[in-house]
Amino acid sequence: MSLTSLTAHELGELLNKREISSVELTKAYLRRIEEVDDQVRAFLTVTGDLALKQAAETDEKRARGEKLPPLAGIPMAMKDNMCTKGIKTTCASRILYNFIPPYDAAVTERLLAAGAVLLGKCNLDEFAMGSSTENSGFFATRNPHDLRAVPGGSSGGSAAAVAAGEAVFALGSDTGGSIRLPAAFCGVIGLKPTYGRVSRYGLVAYASSLDQIGPLTRDMRDCALVMNVIAGHDKRDSTSAPLEVPDYTRFLVDDVRGLKIGLPREYLGEGLDDEVRGWVKRAAETLEKLGAVCEEVSLPHTRYALPTYYIIAPAEASSNLARYDGVQYGLRVEAGDIVSMYSKTRSQGFGEEVKRRIMLGTYALSSGYYDAYYLKAMKVRTLVKRDFDLAFEKYDCLLTPTSPTPAFEAGEKTADPLTMYLSDVCTIPVNLAGIPALSIPFGLVGGRPVGVQLIGKAFDEGTLMRAGYALEQGTDLTRPRPVLERTVEE
Amino acid sequence: MNRQYETVIGLEIHVELKTITKIFCSCPTAFGGEANTHVCPVCLGLPGVLPVFNEKVLEFAVKAGLALNCEIASFSKFDRKNYYYPDLPKNYQISQYDLPICRNGFLEINSGGGTKRIGITRVHMEEDAGKLLHGSSSIVTSGYSLVDLNRTGVPLIEIVSEPDLRSAEEARAYMEKLRSILEYLDVSDVKMEQGSLRCDANVSLRPLGTEGLGTKTEVKNMNSFRSLQRAVEYEAKRQREILEEGGRVIQETRSWDEERGVTVSLRSKEEAHDYRYFPDPDLVPIVIDPGWVAKLKASLPELPDARKERLVREMGLPEYDASIITGSRDLADYFDAVAAEFNEPKTVSNWLMGELLRLLNASGMEMRENKIAPADLAALLKLQASGAISGKMAKAVFEEMFATGKSPETIISEQGLAQISDEGALAAIVDKVIAGNPGPVADYKSGKEKAMGFLVGQVMKETKGQANPGLVNKLLKERL
Repeated sequence: MSLTSLTAHELGELLNKREISSVELTKAYLRRIEEVDDQVRAFLTVTGDLALKQAAETDEKRARGEKLPPLAGIPMAMKDNMCTKGIKTTCASRILYNFIPPYDAAVTERLLAAGAVLLGKCNLDEFAMGSSTENSGFFATRNPHDLRAVPGGSSGGSAAAVAAGEAVFALGSDTGGSIRLPAAFCGVIGLKPTYGRVSRYGLVAYASSLDQIGPLTRDMRDCALVMNVIAGHDKRDSTSAPLEVPDYTRFLVDDVRGLKIGLPREYLGEGLDDEVRGWVKRAAETLEKLGAVCEEVSLPHTRYALPTYYIIAPAEASSNLARYDGVQYGLRVEAGDIVSMYSKTRSQGFGEEVKRRIMLGTYALSSGYYDAYYLKAMKVRTLVKRDFDLAFEKYDCLLTPTSPTPAFEAGEKTADPLTMYLSDVCTIPVNLAGIPALSIPFGLVGGRPVGVQLIGKAFDEGTLMRAGYALEQGTDLTRPRPVLERTVEE
Repeated sequence: MNRQYETVIGLEIHVELKTITKIFCSCPTAFGGEANTHVCPVCLGLPGVLPVFNEKVLEFAVKAGLALNCEIASFSKFDRKNYYYPDLPKNYQISQYDLPICRNGFLEINSGGGTKRIGITRVHMEEDAGKLLHGSSSIVTSGYSLVDLNRTGVPLIEIVSEPDLRSAEEARAYMEKLRSILEYLDVSDVKMEQGSLRCDANVSLRPLGTEGLGTKTEVKNMNSFRSLQRAVEYEAKRQREILEEGGRVIQETRSWDEERGVTVSLRSKEEAHDYRYFPDPDLVPIVIDPGWVAKLKASLPELPDARKERLVREMGLPEYDASIITGSRDLADYFDAVAAEFNEPKTVSNWLMGELLRLLNASGMEMRENKIAPADLAALLKLQASGAISGKMAKAVFEEMFATGKSPETIISEQGLAQISDEGALAAIVDKVIAGNPGPVADYKSGKEKAMGFLVGQVMKETKGQANPGLVNKLLKERL
């Protein structure tokens, strides 16, 4: 096995045994990026020199005999909507093409403090709006399993980087499924933690009440290790939960005996690819074989989740994105007066999808429409959340597909935004409810990975890891190897 | 036919709170400073940053609400008010919309010889915006504008009154009362000239005796009590003239032009903003513990009305004196401190209202800049009362104290101003004056009482005014 297909915990052992150095490891990943990224196009910015410097620092500490945390010396990547001090943070938008934050996001600080090595910043749908990473203001990312296919979005760059061996793990952000969908399409693990579990400080906001940062990893142990670093209260984020964080690795127990799992029928009906349905059933069978109990359950308000999301998220986005006006930083298109300057800057700086959502949100919040749209959506959001609350009175977690289909072709849905929006139909309800969900690879359709989704109670990421780990141990279907990797290594 | 109109005024007053740090970050709130030095990524609204609420702001806002007899909300939240302006870094202001922290209060003003209750609709918390510095005097003609964001994020409360005010005088009295309450609470610097107290007036007219409201205009940009009064007077007159000519008042925002003494149109209702308020998802709702509110209420200082009543009841001050003395907390505290050492409240109030306020006004100083220690003023009043110095001398010493902050004893001894009450020393001078003025002495002896005045004057002249006049009289009479 090459270094670029191992997990963080496997590489950590090699580092601890001094079989490799972090500098060697980092060089291997930088080389891999050089080899394959012209095809995958996962990275917007590669910070090679800085990465090697960080790697050398952890090597020195290790050489001095310091006991280092598990991710020390491990090369990773971040979605380019998380602030990195002194490193461009563009949100894949032309309006922020030159923005260099003078501060680190909370997750950046935590990962760097844990010794992780930052390889660079990954591509995304502009301002995290989209399901295919084709809405980037700079270029589209491709799926390492099939370069004709999209990697999913909006954390497509992060998921593709992990799948293609260009980073051991990566961080994504998930507003309506933006970690889980690309995780499913790219055959990696993606966790959207409970809202409030991971600080949003330094995450450039799309829809503040839905956004949450989470890991994209190669296996469940890595997922637990990354969560151990990034989860926890941060007083700079008022919505961050002041709760103790468990050691997530203790949930990796290969035992789901007695676990009660609900299968929501609304997620398994019309619109779902038959083969995907088949894989979800096999996943349920696998868990039952290991001792879990699976039963059908109903979440009756599921069908309202998508329209609700497309009121709330654009409403918040229209306000969050108002600050990009050309006054303080970023793109400025000069004009005769201030209003024209705003208008030209925003017209040229934002892409189509971002403009579409800003307009939707502005409309939904405007006087005379607020009650009919925004307020109504907030009420429906409560109903969606109540469905989950009721289900969790009986079940420990829920099992659904992550996406109704495997990765689709590049360009296939770009002309039809509504069809594109349907990609997130299985993931969106989770964001509205603020609860955690995990996407884990399970099977392939036409050579493209399929993900199944485990949904849990608020702050109960542990149970998702326990079920995900059991699934991982009980089958060989959870680590699909990308075709790209074979092509390059042969 | 000439109809009678009634002026209807409601005030919206913005108060900068004197917390040490800003409302959503830890930058200093201090006034002034080089442009863009009191800023951080949070108050600059840079991508990715989040607001964290400074709970001191809540305490100050609730104190103000309690002092204004408001109901304090048990559940409140922050909303975003969306609009574009280059001094607003996020292009939305974090404010409060449908669930303000305080509502339904009132304050009382003196009007027409009695007291009048003015309703307070609401008090809400919000962040201040920055400032624009235009390349020339007008935003329209400027080739460029510079942005200073030092003020961005300074905490404000907005206090909205009911349309209960009926004249410019009442509007001014309301504003003065509010200022004094806020000063007593110690929640704001209340400096209008520095913008820590800012006022917008909603003015409309209606036929006298009717109930409905006429079309209103909102007048902005008054930065003193006087300009508030003038602006409201002007606006009421302008509207009356329009109505009397059969015209219609247009609903619009107008700006007070202090130099020309007129209001000018800023924007009409058609151009008014749709602020698209919605709850700020970056901040959690505020849940208020009634026990905490009760504790705050118990900790409120004595407010101007209560204090005035106490000065009348316990110290026997006339109503007029008491209301002047309690108009400012600094002055009232000073009064109490002096009266504690010199137990003649009316004398103390005469000195404060007469000499002290006169000198403060003449020098344009604030009460808190006054250099005379209360104990020193009490000492001066005691010296005068004991006859050690004359009233005239006392005033001279007071001026010197005001200028230098020295104690009266120091000034008296430095300038040799002490009254000569030593009989032996005075007797010699009296004898000298009698010897040197045989004419007047003869006049007095022949019954001309006036001559006595001349002789006393001569003694005072000899002693440069320091002789005790009573003693001089006694000595002269004994000898003649």
